[in-house]
Amino acid sequence: MAGGKIIGVDVGGTFTDLIQLDSDGGGLRIAKTPTTADNQAFGVLASMAEAEVDLSQVDLIVHGTTTTTNAVLERKLSRTGLITTAGFRDVLELGRRTRPQAYGMKGQFIPIIPRDLRLEVPERMDAAGEVVLPLDEDAVAAATEVLLERGCEALVIHFLHAYANPAHELRAAGIAARLWPNDFITTGHSLLSETREFERGVTAAVNASVQPLLERYVARLRKELGGKGYRGDVLVMNGNGGMISSQLVSREAAKTVMSGPASGVMAAAYTGRIAGETNLLTYDMGGTSTDVALIRDGNPSVSNEIEVEYAMPIHVPMVDVRTVGAGGGSIAHVNLAGLLEIGPESAGAEPGPICYGKGGTRPTISDANLMLGRLDPGKLNAVAGGVTLDTVRAAFDANIGDALGLSALQAAEAVISVANAKMAGAIRMVSLSLGEDPRDFALFAFGGAGPLHAAALARELGVPRVLVPARPGLTNALGCIVADLRHDYVRTINAPLDTVEMDSLHALFAEQAAAGRAALDRENIELRAVSHDFSVDMQFQGQSHIVRVPLENGTPTRQDLRRRFEDVYWKRFKVELAGMRARVVNVNCSVIGAREPVDLALMIDPAGRKSTAEPTSRRDVMFDGVTHDTPVYWRDHLPSAVTLQGPAIIEQFDTTILVPPGDRVEGCANGNLIIHIGAAA
Amino acid sequence: MSIDPITLSVIQAGLQQVCDEMDLSFSRAAFSPVIAEANDRSDGIYAADDGALIAQGAGGLPVFVGTMQYSTRTLIEMIAEGRVAAPQPDDIYIVNDPYLGGTHLMDVRFARPFYRDGKIFCWLSNTGHWPDTGGSVPGGFSASATSVEQEGLRLPPVRLFKQGVMDEEIYAIICSNIRVADQRIGDVKAQAAALMVGEERLNALLDRYGDDVVREAIAELRVRARDQMRSLIDEIPDGRYTSTAWIDSDGVVNEPLAINLTIDKTPGHLVFDFSDSSPPCQGPMNSVLATTLSSVYLAMRHIFPEVPVSAGAFEPLEVRRPEGTFLDAHYPRPVSGCAAEVSQRIAEAVFAALVDALPNRVTAAPAGTSGNFALGGHDPLTGRDFVMYQLSGGGYGGNADHDGLANGCSTIGISKAPPVEIMEQNFPVLYHRYALREGSGGEGRHRGGLGLDYEVELRRGWARASFVMDHGRFGPQGALGGKDGAPNVVEVWRGGEMYTPEHLSKEQDIPLQAGDRVRVKTPGGGGYGPPSDRPKALIDEDKLLGRT
Repeated sequence: MAGGKIIGVDVGGTFTDLIQLDSDGGGLRIAKTPTTADNQAFGVLASMAEAEVDLSQVDLIVHGTTTTTNAVLERKLSRTGLITTAGFRDVLELGRRTRPQAYGMKGQFIPIIPRDLRLEVPERMDAAGEVVLPLDEDAVAAATEVLLERGCEALVIHFLHAYANPAHELRAAGIAARLWPNDFITTGHSLLSETREFERGVTAAVNASVQPLLERYVARLRKELGGKGYRGDVLVMNGNGGMISSQLVSREAAKTVMSGPASGVMAAAYTGRIAGETNLLTYDMGGTSTDVALIRDGNPSVSNEIEVEYAMPIHVPMVDVRTVGAGGGSIAHVNLAGLLEIGPESAGAEPGPICYGKGGTRPTISDANLMLGRLDPGKLNAVAGGVTLDTVRAAFDANIGDALGLSALQAAEAVISVANAKMAGAIRMVSLSLGEDPRDFALFAFGGAGPLHAAALARELGVPRVLVPARPGLTNALGCIVADLRHDYVRTINAPLDTVEMDSLHALFAEQAAAGRAALDRENIELRAVSHDFSVDMQFQGQSHIVRVPLENGTPTRQDLRRRFEDVYWKRFKVELAGMRARVVNVNCSVIGAREPVDLALMIDPAGRKSTAEPTSRRDVMFDGVTHDTPVYWRDHLPSAVTLQGPAIIEQFDTTILVPPGDRVEGCANGNLIIHIGAAA
Repeated sequence: MSIDPITLSVIQAGLQQVCDEMDLSFSRAAFSPVIAEANDRSDGIYAADDGALIAQGAGGLPVFVGTMQYSTRTLIEMIAEGRVAAPQPDDIYIVNDPYLGGTHLMDVRFARPFYRDGKIFCWLSNTGHWPDTGGSVPGGFSASATSVEQEGLRLPPVRLFKQGVMDEEIYAIICSNIRVADQRIGDVKAQAAALMVGEERLNALLDRYGDDVVREAIAELRVRARDQMRSLIDEIPDGRYTSTAWIDSDGVVNEPLAINLTIDKTPGHLVFDFSDSSPPCQGPMNSVLATTLSSVYLAMRHIFPEVPVSAGAFEPLEVRRPEGTFLDAHYPRPVSGCAAEVSQRIAEAVFAALVDALPNRVTAAPAGTSGNFALGGHDPLTGRDFVMYQLSGGGYGGNADHDGLANGCSTIGISKAPPVEIMEQNFPVLYHRYALREGSGGEGRHRGGLGLDYEVELRRGWARASFVMDHGRFGPQGALGGKDGAPNVVEVWRGGEMYTPEHLSKEQDIPLQAGDRVRVKTPGGGGYGPPSDRPKALIDEDKLLGRT
């Protein structure tokens, strides 16, 4: 399936985005249609209709879906039962003894599996994987029957210390499988073989309880697509930034729960590698929130410890995307201390900012951008609801300006300043928490609102350049197109480095690598190359936090592990701890199948580009209290080698790019724009 | 006011960012899990003249919300009086004396003067909970100490770093007096490095906005925070509010200790009077003044989480010094229970006094104990001694919105409990149960959250079990007609016979042999509103799920 037509289609919270690319040249089609929440397949088909795709000519469809994300967040889950070690059925509800926020003694937690569907059976392993109490097989069968009687569709079997010895889980799964009417049985150790019964159990419980939903969804989607002439497989995006065949995806359905933000980061990494920008902070600002991730040497930062929400950890390797707050719809207000605050309340998509004309009355970041001329006030004519610039101005006066003694325009500028300062601080914290100085990175701006704020944030952060891809508002769909196939394996060994059997470690790596290659074979997708990422998680004796230590191959020496661990530790924590004893906690291997590259320059139709940059219009835009007569360009018409000095505005179908005074924007051969941040204007 | 509102907002965010970056740096670099993972630490910026809190990291442990400004203030006073050596640039003072603005000995404070143009502009300080500071029990939580000397090494403010260089002689003295001293250097370096980060970032902020503007902003922010707190507390009708909260006993004398609180509300002002509380006690359940004040502040912050932490926010909250009570203990009274237990009971007293006036904001009483169970012994398999800690949560109070949370962490903490699997990997124990404690939530329209019920067996060797907990005699209080939550229960099973500590939830060094077990049932939260108002659907659900 090298080359040919490929479709990336990503379902977001508000819009379903589609890109079709033909790697032989030409054939770009894009679409943005409303997401259909109840059955996302309708929105997917609608996007294909809008792009006038001929499915019989398409070779591969790659799909990002939030089916499982929404199911978890809204707790619209399949009825799922748990069979677990006697004495421990409440682990999933007790959590790790926390509360939702540091201050405020209220809060609620609804476990993924309710208590009456959590049953116990006699069995026990100890931490060394030795049997303390044999499995009561009759009890497993009886518990299985009870859960079936109570209407469960999926089943979790989760025993203490199964990461050390899965024998009881495997045996119990075998017994249950004979009684269970479908394949929706998840064992605790199968997704990750890692210590921590709460996290491993929740991961398994999430997996089981979204598995039937995802399986039905992809089956229906395949059928619908097949009915329209599509004959290929559908690949589905996972939270690790890799994709997997829709035939296999529901087996490990939990991996799709955080897939939405991952695909945008994969697109950023891909775009950056081609553009020669391999160290990126990705900045995705949408309507309700902003997501940030870090890419070092072309590789997105990955975490095994992501929480979907309070006390809902999913411990499988995932692209480490952090939500840092404000989006375009975040509401600005003056608090009781008389200080301007942005968020955390958001106008969301409904009613949305005032300027959407859907009934919003409180000023948002988007409204501020409109007041300042950064978004086109002329577009107000097109919205319903009779909203005019005066409506927006009055809201700024009433909600902010009057309280602070500012004009509406000053109030709007204040909103942007405060929002940018907060976002820059949050991005800095993400970078620092990963041990990186933001000044060593370029900012990759995407999402509908990212390119409006990126240059100001870059200046605030001391970041020298901003990369704006060709289709900032369709980045997730691009991520689907460019992502690789990927299978991750984690195994806890938890032993002092001095006593690790290096031969067994090498054998473990080899076993993980073989499992990954076998999985790729089953997917039967044509690949350009297969590669392996080997790493170990290590710590010093006496610590509980771990650091990931990347390795060059699966046959490291003991000295390699020690030296690399000390290097990584120093780089990340700037503390040298010679003389402390090191431990190897986890052994990790990822097997990656790379597909054919795509030509990003095709993302903007070269035929539409003109030989010189001519503004389509001009408008007054406010920067630092001064109004500038600012040229406005249409991006698709700009020559690819364009250079423009700020102030300038570049509009396109899916976003608006702001180039403040003092900055300079340049086009690159791959269709990106690079904003070079000048000295403070 | 000459400073514009945008600059004010941005400087406020900037000061907060400096503190958050210090917090992050400290936790990331710290060696011991108690700081690195449990975030038992705090970093902040304090005024040059009186140590008043300017800003503090958002991720700091709640109990430190009010202590560090007293700690810094005391240091400034002692320098002025010539009792402590005067600072030089790049010096860092170390102090853990509880009576000098502290908590318990394990909370070690670092303070660094921050200079601009050769003058001290402010202080950067942080606190970190060290895993051990010597004393009669590993970890420092004694159930029966009768003087502070038994609790560990007490450091007056001394310069551990002099002009940027650590004083190896002082450090050697410290290391000779604490357990697992070889790992401490990792925490000392992290704690000092966090202050360096603060210095660098604060300099950048001042360079950008100018010293005078920032100084003016700090003063203005203080006024704003004061006004904000005033308008929030005016939700409370003027008048007098009273409450009593009980500590089971001090661990030495088996008599309950009373916290009697009277709050007088006048416009924009609350006066907290604890003067009718019990006198200082023999055992370690005394509190020092700074911890008592901080407990009031953190309770108010639980009620009004929207107010940023700063000295201004505390101004409308006047806490009368409770001299002659166990809430204002002096040397050499033992204090190892103050931060973990007494602080939570003070918070309970504040909640109980104000829940009638603020029924939508305040909850019934939460479990209110850190549930500290320590097991120290010898493992013949590894040939080594070990010390294991099990901190545990309990039920939160029912509230206007819903039932209380099950197994929430302590009122004064935010840290996670360790997984059973990690405990069994590291120590010679086997858990037989780690479960919701059925029936423990106080009844009410909204029920109290359930406590935790765990049972753990010593598999080999021998060990001694120690408990520093509370709420064993009295359950967490119900509110507005709700019932109290179930009290804490500790059972020690030795050779098949059950032993209950004389002080119920406090005792030190109970000997155990292989096969012996410890079972702890932590308190459930207090109920909220009359049980007769509980909707039938919720009653049925509780029955179905076996919660009651």
